[in-house]
Amino acid sequence: MTTHPEGPLLRIEGLSVTYRTSEGDVPAVRDVDLALDRGEILGVAGESGCGKSTLASTVLRLQPPSAKVEGRVLVRGEDALTMRWGALRALRWAGASIVFQGALHSLNPVQRVGSQIAEPIVLHEPELAEAEVEGRIGELLEQVGLPAERATSYPHQLSGGQRQRVMIAMALACRPDLVIADEPTTALDVMVQSQVLDVLSGLVNEFGVGLMIISHDLSVLADLCDKIAVMYAGRVVEFGSADDVFGGPLHPYAGALSAAFPRIGDPAARYAPAGLGGDPPDLRLLPPGCSFEPRCPRSIDACRETDPLLEEHGAGRLAACIRVGES
Amino acid sequence: MTLGAVTEAPPPPRVRRRSYGRYAAGKALGTLGSLGFMLVVNFFLFRVLPGDPARTLGRGRFSTPEQLEAFKETYGLDQPLLQQFVTYLQNTLTGDLGISLRYRVPVSDLIVDRMWPTLLLVGTSTVLAGVIGIWLGIRSGWRRGSKFDRASTGTSLTLYSMPEWWLGLLLIFLLAVGPGPLPGLFPTGGLHSPDVDPTSLAGVADVVWHLTLPVLTLTLAYLADYALIMRSSLLDELGEDYLTTARAKGLRDVKVRNRHAVRNAMLPTTTVIALSFGFVVTGAFTVETVFSIPGLGLLTTEALSVPDYWVLQGTFLVSTVAVILANLAANLVYGLLDPRVRS
Amino acid sequence: MSTASGTTPVRLTARQVARRRRRESWSRNWADFRSHRSGLAGLVILGFFVVLALAAPLIADAEGLTLSGAPGEVLEPPSREFWLGTDDKGRSVLTLLIWGARVSLAVGLLATVISMVIGTLVGLLSGYFVGKTGAVLFRLTEWFLVIPFLPLAIVLATVLGASLFTIALVIGVTSWPGTALLIRAQTLSIKERAYLERARVLGAGRWHQISRHILPNVMPMVFANTTLTVSIAILAETTLSFLGLGDPTRTSWGSMLDDAYSIGAITTGAWWYIIPPGVCVVLVVLSFTLVGQALEDVLDPRLRGRR
Repeated sequence: MTTHPEGPLLRIEGLSVTYRTSEGDVPAVRDVDLALDRGEILGVAGESGCGKSTLASTVLRLQPPSAKVEGRVLVRGEDALTMRWGALRALRWAGASIVFQGALHSLNPVQRVGSQIAEPIVLHEPELAEAEVEGRIGELLEQVGLPAERATSYPHQLSGGQRQRVMIAMALACRPDLVIADEPTTALDVMVQSQVLDVLSGLVNEFGVGLMIISHDLSVLADLCDKIAVMYAGRVVEFGSADDVFGGPLHPYAGALSAAFPRIGDPAARYAPAGLGGDPPDLRLLPPGCSFEPRCPRSIDACRETDPLLEEHGAGRLAACIRVGES
Repeated sequence: MTLGAVTEAPPPPRVRRRSYGRYAAGKALGTLGSLGFMLVVNFFLFRVLPGDPARTLGRGRFSTPEQLEAFKETYGLDQPLLQQFVTYLQNTLTGDLGISLRYRVPVSDLIVDRMWPTLLLVGTSTVLAGVIGIWLGIRSGWRRGSKFDRASTGTSLTLYSMPEWWLGLLLIFLLAVGPGPLPGLFPTGGLHSPDVDPTSLAGVADVVWHLTLPVLTLTLAYLADYALIMRSSLLDELGEDYLTTARAKGLRDVKVRNRHAVRNAMLPTTTVIALSFGFVVTGAFTVETVFSIPGLGLLTTEALSVPDYWVLQGTFLVSTVAVILANLAANLVYGLLDPRVRS
Repeated sequence: MSTASGTTPVRLTARQVARRRRRESWSRNWADFRSHRSGLAGLVILGFFVVLALAAPLIADAEGLTLSGAPGEVLEPPSREFWLGTDDKGRSVLTLLIWGARVSLAVGLLATVISMVIGTLVGLLSGYFVGKTGAVLFRLTEWFLVIPFLPLAIVLATVLGASLFTIALVIGVTSWPGTALLIRAQTLSIKERAYLERARVLGAGRWHQISRHILPNVMPMVFANTTLTVSIAILAETTLSFLGLGDPTRTSWGSMLDDAYSIGAITTGAWWYIIPPGVCVVLVVLSFTLVGQALEDVLDPRLRGRR
């Protein structure tokens, strides 16, 4: 399924997505730039409503038809937002796939799990014989640690962790180059979480897949990812290597996210302010200045005037805050 | 690359079939309960008023107390209640539903005689209405807000708000009698023309011609209901996440609709349509009356004027049993379609 | 929660706060409802008919209903004098229609009240009491649900004697199961909510729980369902009156159609006797349905934007 790569596997340029609702326009994603290579793991962190899931859906042009989209989403060099339908349908699942959040609702409740995994295979590789398809389903399930017989189960007969693993197996069915995992560990208990994360990292190591993981849990991302982008109110507010962003965050929001997960054995972490007051912003009523300003512990008057852009603060280190660099 | 501990294997196929068996048995048991309850209700129908049921049944019929006593003795109303109930059960379960006060023949004979026109009428109408109504519902639900949707839903709502027998009257006026100078195309009622041999080919065509307007009336009445239900179920389904997954796999829109959304929406549709079986009966009864089709419905409404109590009791029994059995059938079909209820 | 304004907050009692919140939610719901054009249209049409029914003595001469006071010739087509013509006894069809509105609406409403009271009570109790009581009530509801309306209504009406009250009673007694199931489902889901558990822990007795917590949350659904039940009740009343089970001395739209049918108005082409009563029924039932659907949309947030 690989073609000659032209540049990075995934490149998002100036992406903006605005939902049109009866109560006004909601800018879910605002001018986002990201890139991801094969064999790389990129984490996208942020609270609910910050635009991460919308971002993921645009890679396969799954956003609702009423949404206004600007910018480009280049997958293997082609813009997913403007390609012809035929090319898009070929891209979907065979080029890039998504492990959706909430496996119970993302699976068809009255179809056997095996048929649901088979569906994209039969669609994208119709030349395969039935036995070959079944064989691949068995392999996929075993890759994620489920016995092949599970293919005949219905979603409600599986536990949460098993369902999530089925979603991962399904996402790999057509051997895509790019996999986006949207909150793959939410609502799973810790043991299962670590198993799922092992599977995902194994994918990258064994198959050279490019993986984007979306999560509100920075600790999950810190361990697994090469690079992390932190989003707030539809914008990327910090970007860098996982160690840098988690260990030495520049943007106050990233700092709060990082501090929310104390490191055992680090005495300083016990005294760092934990938690963030206030509520996520209403995207319809964004302030003219920095959108994080109302909740920011380090805000000054100047923050209310201009919305800061992402600026470089070292190699590959980006942050959108005017107070970076001060102590 | 493997993962940690693997949990239990899924149940083998034999056990799964047994779970449907258990489900079916449960539903059959429930049906027996419903039938039992219905038998009891049927018995007490004429005993709802406090006091002597004989007076209710004999209202306006007798002038002397001796006649009342004779009536009571004939129908065993002078016996203790429990005895009456036992006799009633014995009679009913062996098919003895009493004698018609009007026709002086066994009620069961009357019912058997009059059953097939009703079955023909209802059967044809529900099949037609089902096919057309569901198609309409799918099309309007999938393209919500479109011209088609608005026209279809508006028409369905209007038909749904109409007494089905009044629709029949309208159709008689427009197509059987003909407004003003226009000629009538169909008979105004009845099942047969007097001079046609019912068993010949011409006889069959004659019946079809007579049944056209009643079937049209009932079909329109039922399909409005079915279309609205199907549309509503589909709209419910359209908000589900698994459809996004299906699209993300690269399926064409039509496939997503038919293979996933519609197929899943059929489940609640089946359930709700089953709830409207009572309406099917009501529609049949009133349309038969308006078109003078000699079926169970006309039998019932004619029995009103006498009032021919045993006939009324008999048709109540038969129609309720029919609805209960239809519900059982719907439940069994549902159990085959939805694996979640079997576990 | 920080406030944006700089004014000092006024101290309100709990009751005042509750009242203000209720008023706000009412105005919000009304604004929502107004955005449903179909619901609004339904409301307007309903208003028209209610006014018509109430104003009957003022706009239509009651004398015209009696056989002796019949002003016109038999089965006259519509004319300038009689806008909708006359019936087979020389009475103005328009007069009959206006007075018939009273009966149809009143009987429909009475039947609905009976049905809703039984249905809501059974639904609440079967949803709240999970033990034997609840199970028994639920079974009872299911059993009554499968009984087809018309055969039962016919038998009961025959036994109880033909009258308008009988019709209302019979409809009420046969149509409550649908409501009961709906209210039961709603009660069950409300019971699951955490705040009820907290109320229990705080010592709220059963009655308090039902009346203060469950009932207010169920009422919106009851309200919407009532409107839809009225439309069913009016259809049922029309049918039963058409079959001759109503009061022969009182005109309702159904009885007008019964008269029209039995004198063969169709074959003689007296369309003004057949069509108007039916159109009125359709308009009223449709309006109640549209209003009921709009109410459901407004009061059940899950249905927002779905229709």
